[in-house]
Amino acid sequence: MAGTGKAHLRNSPDVLLSVNDLVVEFPVARTGLKVNAVSGISFDVIKGETLGIVGESGCGKSTTGRAIMQLPAPTSGSIDFNGQELTTLSKDEMRDARTKIQMIFQDPISSLNPRRKVRDIVLEPLLVWKRGTQEERDILVNRILEDVGIDPQRAAESYPHQFSGGQCQRISIARSLVLDPQMIICDEPVSALDVSVQAQVINLLENLKAKYGLTLIFIAHDLAVVKSISDRVLVMYLGKMCELASSDDLYARPSHPYTNILVDSIPEPDPEVIYAPTAVMGEPPSPINPPAGCRFNPRCPNVQDRCRVEEPEMREIAPAHFVACHNPLTY
Amino acid sequence: MNDSDPRTTTPLLEVSDLKTYFRTERGTVKAVDGVSFSLQRGQSLGIVGESGSGKTVLSRSIMGLLGRTNLIREGSIKFNGQELMGLSVKEMRSIWGQEMSMIFQDPMTSLNPVMKIGRQIAEPLMLHLGMNKSEARLTAEKLLTDVRIPEPQRRLNQYPHELSGGMRQRVMIAIALACGPTLLFADEPTTALDVTVQAEILHLINEQRVDRNMSLILVTHNIGVVAGNTDVIAVMYGGKIVEKAPTKTLFSSYKMPYTEALMRSIPKLRQASHTRLATIPGRPPDMVNPPLGCNFAPRCAYARPKCLVEEPGLTVTENPEHVYACFYPVGSPEYHERKLELSQRSDLLSTGGQN
Repeated sequence: MAGTGKAHLRNSPDVLLSVNDLVVEFPVARTGLKVNAVSGISFDVIKGETLGIVGESGCGKSTTGRAIMQLPAPTSGSIDFNGQELTTLSKDEMRDARTKIQMIFQDPISSLNPRRKVRDIVLEPLLVWKRGTQEERDILVNRILEDVGIDPQRAAESYPHQFSGGQCQRISIARSLVLDPQMIICDEPVSALDVSVQAQVINLLENLKAKYGLTLIFIAHDLAVVKSISDRVLVMYLGKMCELASSDDLYARPSHPYTNILVDSIPEPDPEVIYAPTAVMGEPPSPINPPAGCRFNPRCPNVQDRCRVEEPEMREIAPAHFVACHNPLTY
Repeated sequence: MNDSDPRTTTPLLEVSDLKTYFRTERGTVKAVDGVSFSLQRGQSLGIVGESGSGKTVLSRSIMGLLGRTNLIREGSIKFNGQELMGLSVKEMRSIWGQEMSMIFQDPMTSLNPVMKIGRQIAEPLMLHLGMNKSEARLTAEKLLTDVRIPEPQRRLNQYPHELSGGMRQRVMIAIALACGPTLLFADEPTTALDVTVQAEILHLINEQRVDRNMSLILVTHNIGVVAGNTDVIAVMYGGKIVEKAPTKTLFSSYKMPYTEALMRSIPKLRQASHTRLATIPGRPPDMVNPPLGCNFAPRCAYARPKCLVEEPGLTVTENPEHVYACFYPVGSPEYHERKLELSQRSDLLSTGGQN
């Protein structure tokens, strides 16, 4: 997979976010080595779209999400948001830009200040940015709390620990909405929640997306969840792109061998589906010393000599279906 | 469930009306509240439930792994005909390892970080089976080969931090299998792992179960994990088993509205994207003050006044293996009546605009 290239970028006036050749490296202390967390990723997101990013731990999906927010700033690459290049902004300008891109994190309880009342947590961004009069702020906060299904009265009196995990995630979502952002980056927002609550939060995100005209980046390791919420899905492996397609297309016709293995590995909640996952050889190699050529080659069932030396580029193998593989599965 | 039919062999494990309560400052937490089931030799049982449903406490209570302070444990646990309830820790030691063992969720914290892998596997062999050091080492190497760890000899001399999560879970399985247990508990064995690794670990557990003719109790929140890996599934909610059936039966003809709600709330790969997921309103009951009637009634779309005051017992279906705890199960006239009402109401709502 281990692919680079930009064949999949769209030339549309509605592109809200365009990421080009994103590279994020972290130095390893005292060794002079570096972790290649993200190594040349490009993608774009159109207004109103939900882009899902999936991959296993260590594939760089969360790092990608954070790099967009410049947390930390990427090693190289460009990130164009609404015509503004985020990587060259000053600290103050970036602070301003962050009001338009918000994030929701995996652990809803630890991402809320335990010593502050819930309503104050949701209100705070408005105070920081001195938005509106007190009355306007109150109306807005109450409306948003109601939109996410939290009783404003209770929020005014209670602390985060008095709410369940699912409710805390709703509160995080409310906080991300008060500044009226254009885009929300959701990093594993439902992984810590029980299935019954997970469905509530996914439905809520879908509702809010429609109501507030949001664009979402949804990062998760659960393929079924990502498929459910996304319009397009990007599959990542060891800091590189494997495949990008509309979510129905990707799951119906995975053409990268890695995507195929991922889709196969999911235990379907149906005993009639015979669970016979394709064996993957071994585990992902270290991102400190990634393999040459295609980064997936040591584990790939379809590996050829070429894959060990030449890195595949993203190419369109069917309309709007892109894959970075020398030897993709028949479409 | 009554398995006293003389034609069937005595079950390996027979749990009757097991209660496990914890005394806390807030009051008594009824984590497991009257659970009964039996398990045959070689059979695999999946226990499914959300957090707080009591599934983990149930498995630990059966194994006797809970502390003694502030614990109330009642009922009967018969293993191979022997009553385990009331046995001392010393007496349990002859059961742990050789008869029952457990694979835990987090392979990172379940291994001793300052002890080499080899010693951690050899320890139970020497302690329980009385092997000497060199025998234990040879057996440990064989066990690592069984769980398909490459270069077992080298791995024996490594520390847990030198292994990946999947490899560590394989070591945990090797330790659990070391003394040849007849019953293996696996408590969320793959929750901390990536999907590709999860697939391999589940395959390994099942393969070892068949090879060694073990019984398996697989505890998980993921219905997908139990679907392909168990003979029977028990669904837990609020400290009780609310439905239990052979795996295929449970999926094809579940009776309990909670099981239905759980199945519907999972996003499935076969569904088109943006398919609206069914949700369960509210949240699981507080086990200090569980609801009066059926534990699920406050969240149940089909609940009627009776459900709020009277607790349903387990009803047996035409299939004696299939039991459920509900007054108005899926398929009953009351269920259909309510379903019709609900669909009419949602029609009204959708014509009324928002949401």
